[in-house]
Amino acid sequence: MWWKILTFIAMCWVIVAAFSYPAPQQQIGEASRIFYFHVPQAWVSVLAFLTSMIYSIKYLYKGNLVDDDRARAAGELGLVFCILATITGSIFAKITWHSYWNWDPRETSIFILLLIYGAYFGLRSAIEDPERKAKLAAVYAIFAFITVPFLVFIVPRVMPSLHPSDTIIDESSKEGLSMTTRMIFYPALASFSVLFFWMMDLARKVHTRERQTQEDSLS
Amino acid sequence: MPKNSISLMTKAFAVLKKDMQCEFRTRYALNAIMLFGITTLTVVSFSVGQKNLPAEVHAALFWIIIFFSAMSGLAQVFIREEEAKTSTVLRLTASPTAVYIGKLTFNLFLLFFLELIISPLFILMTDVEVRNILLLATVLALGAIGLAGATTLIAAIISKSGAKGALFSVLSFPILLPLLMGAIKATTVAFSDTGGGFSDVSSELQLLISYGVIMITASLLLFEYVWEE
Repeated sequence: MWWKILTFIAMCWVIVAAFSYPAPQQQIGEASRIFYFHVPQAWVSVLAFLTSMIYSIKYLYKGNLVDDDRARAAGELGLVFCILATITGSIFAKITWHSYWNWDPRETSIFILLLIYGAYFGLRSAIEDPERKAKLAAVYAIFAFITVPFLVFIVPRVMPSLHPSDTIIDESSKEGLSMTTRMIFYPALASFSVLFFWMMDLARKVHTRERQTQEDSLS
Repeated sequence: MPKNSISLMTKAFAVLKKDMQCEFRTRYALNAIMLFGITTLTVVSFSVGQKNLPAEVHAALFWIIIFFSAMSGLAQVFIREEEAKTSTVLRLTASPTAVYIGKLTFNLFLLFFLELIISPLFILMTDVEVRNILLLATVLALGAIGLAGATTLIAAIISKSGAKGALFSVLSFPILLPLLMGAIKATTVAFSDTGGGFSDVSSELQLLISYGVIMITASLLLFEYVWEE
C-alpha cells in the first residue's frame, strides 16, 4: 500500500514542479516542460514491451495462462503509452524543429514500436483458441522484441539524428541535465514506471476474470 | 536402423525436396510471387521508367517490389501444409528444427529466383545504371537471407491463425523494417553515379549480416513452440 501513496506523492511533485520550477528554456520557452512527460512516456512504452516479452518467455516455459494475461496487459498499456509518446513527441518536434514528423531515427523507432503493438493485437484477435492464441502471440512478442537493439542502437548510428545525443542512455553526457531538472526528471521516470506496473496488475486481473468466465460458460 | 541415426540435415533436405516437388506440380507460390513482382514492376516502369530519378528513389522502388512480391508467396510453404492437413504427419516424421531448415531453404530458393528475374528486368525497364554490380549482388543475397529468415517463422505463425493472407504482411513489416532500411541504403550506393564501394556501406552490410544471423537463430529457438501442438 505504501508504494501507491509514494507514487501518488511523486506524481503530484512531478506535475507541480515541472510546471513551476525550471526556468523556460531559451530557444523554445515554456514548451520545454513537455520533456518531463514525453521522455517517461517513451521510456514506459519500451519498458512495457520488455515486460510483455519477459512474461511471454515465462508463458512458453511454464505454460501458465496467467502469464499470458500479464503479457497482454503489458502490451495494451504499452500501446497506450506509445500513442501518448508519439503525440507528445510530435508536438514537441513541431515546436523545436518546426515540423510534426521528419523520420528522425527516434521517431522511426517509436513508429515501428507502434506497428509492432498493432500487429501483436491483430494476431491475437485472429486466433480463437486461447492456448494457441497465447502461444503464437508469445512467440511473436519475443521475435519482435529482438529487433529492438537494431532500432535503438544501430539505426540511429546509420541515420543522422535530431534528438540530443543519448542524454538518457549515455552516462557521460548527463552533465547536460541541471540539478533542478534531475530532481524532477528522475522522480518522473520512477513514478511513471511504478504507475505502469500498477495499471498492468489491474488490467491483468480483468483479463484473468474475463478468461475464467469464458471458460465457465463453455464448460 | 534406429530413427535418430538419420541426421538432421538429411531430414531437412527431405523436407526441402518434398516442398520442391509439391511446388513444381502446382507452381502456386512461384506463380504468385513472379506475377506480383512483374505486375508491380510494370506499373513502376509505366509511370517513372522514362524519367531520370535519383538513385535513392530507384533503390526504394526496387525494394518495395521485392518486399511485396515476397509477401505474396512466402507464407504458402506453411499454409499448404495446413490446408492439405499434412502438418500432423510432418510433425511425426521430422523434428521441428529439420522442418524449419527445410522450409527456410525453400523460401530462400524462391527469393533468389525472384531476385534473379526481377533485378535484370528492373534495370532494363527503368534504365537505372548499376555502378557496382558486385555490391548489388551482395546486398541482394544478404537481403534475401534476412527476408527469408524473418518471414519463415511468421509464415508458420499465421498459417495457424484465422486471417491468413492479410496478417502476413502486417506482422512481417515492422520486423523487416531495419533490414529494408539497410538494404535500401546499400542499394542506393550501388546505383549512385559517385561510384561507391564496399567500404562506403560497411555499416549497412554489417547490419544486414547480423540481422540475418540473429533472425535465423531466434527462429530456430522459437519454431518448436509454433510447430508443436
